[in-house]
Amino acid sequence: MVEATLEPADRARETDNPHSLVAHFDIDRPLKLDAGVELCPFQIAYQTYGKLNAQRTNAVLICHALTGDQHVANVHPITQKSGWWETLVGPGLPVDTERYFIICANVVGACMGTTGPASTNPKTGHPWGLDFPVITVRDMVRAQAMLVDHLGIESLFAVVGGSLGGMQVLQWTVSYPQRVFSALPIATSTRHSAQNIAFHEVGRQAIMADPDWRQGRYFAEGTNPRRGLAVARMGAHITYLSDAALHRKFGRRFQDRANPTFSFDADFQVESYLRHQGITFVERFDANSYLYLTRAMDYFDIAADHDGVLARAFKGTPTRFCVISFTSDWLFPTADSRAIVHALNAGGARVSFAEIVTDKGHDAFLLDEPEMLAIVRGFLDGAARARGLMR
Amino acid sequence: MADAARASSGARVDLILVSEMVDRGAKVLDVGCGDGELLRLLADMRDVDGRGIEISREGVNECVAKGLAVIQGDADTDLADYPDDAFDYVILSQTLQATRQPRVVLEHMLRIGRHAIVSFPNFGHWRIRLQVALGGHMPHTDNLPYAWYETPNIHFCSIKDFRELCQVAGAKMERAVALNAWGAPIRLKMPWWVWNLMGEQAVFLLSRRG
Repeated sequence: MVEATLEPADRARETDNPHSLVAHFDIDRPLKLDAGVELCPFQIAYQTYGKLNAQRTNAVLICHALTGDQHVANVHPITQKSGWWETLVGPGLPVDTERYFIICANVVGACMGTTGPASTNPKTGHPWGLDFPVITVRDMVRAQAMLVDHLGIESLFAVVGGSLGGMQVLQWTVSYPQRVFSALPIATSTRHSAQNIAFHEVGRQAIMADPDWRQGRYFAEGTNPRRGLAVARMGAHITYLSDAALHRKFGRRFQDRANPTFSFDADFQVESYLRHQGITFVERFDANSYLYLTRAMDYFDIAADHDGVLARAFKGTPTRFCVISFTSDWLFPTADSRAIVHALNAGGARVSFAEIVTDKGHDAFLLDEPEMLAIVRGFLDGAARARGLMR
Repeated sequence: MADAARASSGARVDLILVSEMVDRGAKVLDVGCGDGELLRLLADMRDVDGRGIEISREGVNECVAKGLAVIQGDADTDLADYPDDAFDYVILSQTLQATRQPRVVLEHMLRIGRHAIVSFPNFGHWRIRLQVALGGHMPHTDNLPYAWYETPNIHFCSIKDFRELCQVAGAKMERAVALNAWGAPIRLKMPWWVWNLMGEQAVFLLSRRG
């Protein structure tokens, strides 16, 4: 196995002093959490692209997924890779940085500069670890609303995101319907399914079974549960793809060898690929953050917050919706998106829904899918006309 | 429709006729909206708040990319999901004959909308009668170009038949127009049997009875 080069302490530095804009919220502006406690002081690390217009009506909030971050359209400070949604966000692209003011914030509980379990707990001077309160998608959105307030923006032209990002989009429209003109929830659901909770639990157990995890106190003890986190990532990564995509990419081909070695080496290309995914992930992600963010997804259930009736959550919503799913996504299947559309229709919402044919699985939303890009562009253009945003 | 009659503006005559039945600024659901031509026309001419349902994925994606509010769905199954009186008009344009349960679809339309507008090819048209009676084969016309074994149209009806459906489905006829083969409306004073014989297409504006 290739060894990771970044130590936990390096990650921690990015956590407290990120290569990003940072909004600080002091004790007079606490974040009220669903867990019943207040987080304060705390900070939000975010990136912006483009210019806010004089009327402040062209702001687009991008919500990132489980292992994403705020570096949506710029080179990543740790991996040096280009932005994670560079197919969608940029000059002349569907989310046009020359037309819109784009904000992307690291979610609460993550590890790229917004306060999370890897951040320094001001009360102790050490990383929070498991003392960090459990957070929910609602908490993430509440924090984002505080950032949007902080930026002096009353109403967002659009909120866009896939997967966990899509959950945040939906939560935005429920928590702050008057502040969201248009919403693009992609490859997502209004509730995390039992199967998805199950996959997350396997990932968490992999981390917690790593002796280097040390009950979450690995910073203090100078260890890093990188094997556990890598295994969690490997398992999760399979769920982001599809059988067809894995077969097309790797088949049963051997990795740099003509014959099997009759050992437990990574004989197959698919094994080598997964190991690589696991190892590189460890360099940029905090194991405890992974526990917290997967937990937030597990707890997500909009209908449960509305007496079990999903349509009630969206009743009378003024927001325009465009729901997108992918045929080969078995993590957030089209049926989940149809349930959203069903509830929105029952609530009288203005909703579009498109299913994209692809064999790339859940990850398709991050990839160059021309049909998805055309739909996002068309939807946002139509919404921009309705909003009176001139080119 | 393959070679539908078009007005000088380029818009299909039957769609213009439908749009003229819709009040300005109304909330409209177009069931089976295809590539969104009618929704676009309604938005341009009548300034409506339009939504669409379309069964083909290509049609839906094309509509959404044009900025129209369209979802992928099936008229036969998905209309049941809509609440009562959600729209001012529910339109079924050239789609009735392709539904599995025309009566159920029409009843849902009358429930969901204050008005329903239905346009369909008239199977009572003389040319079709002639093809069946003398040719002894299923009819082919410009509007109905499919062979019987691959047509999506499984429930053809004549104007006379449709009036009967309106009776059983509890629909009140507010307006009806038949178009001849050149897309011109047939004079209003003509009796129904003339419409049924001469009309190649028909457009009905309906509301819930009582």
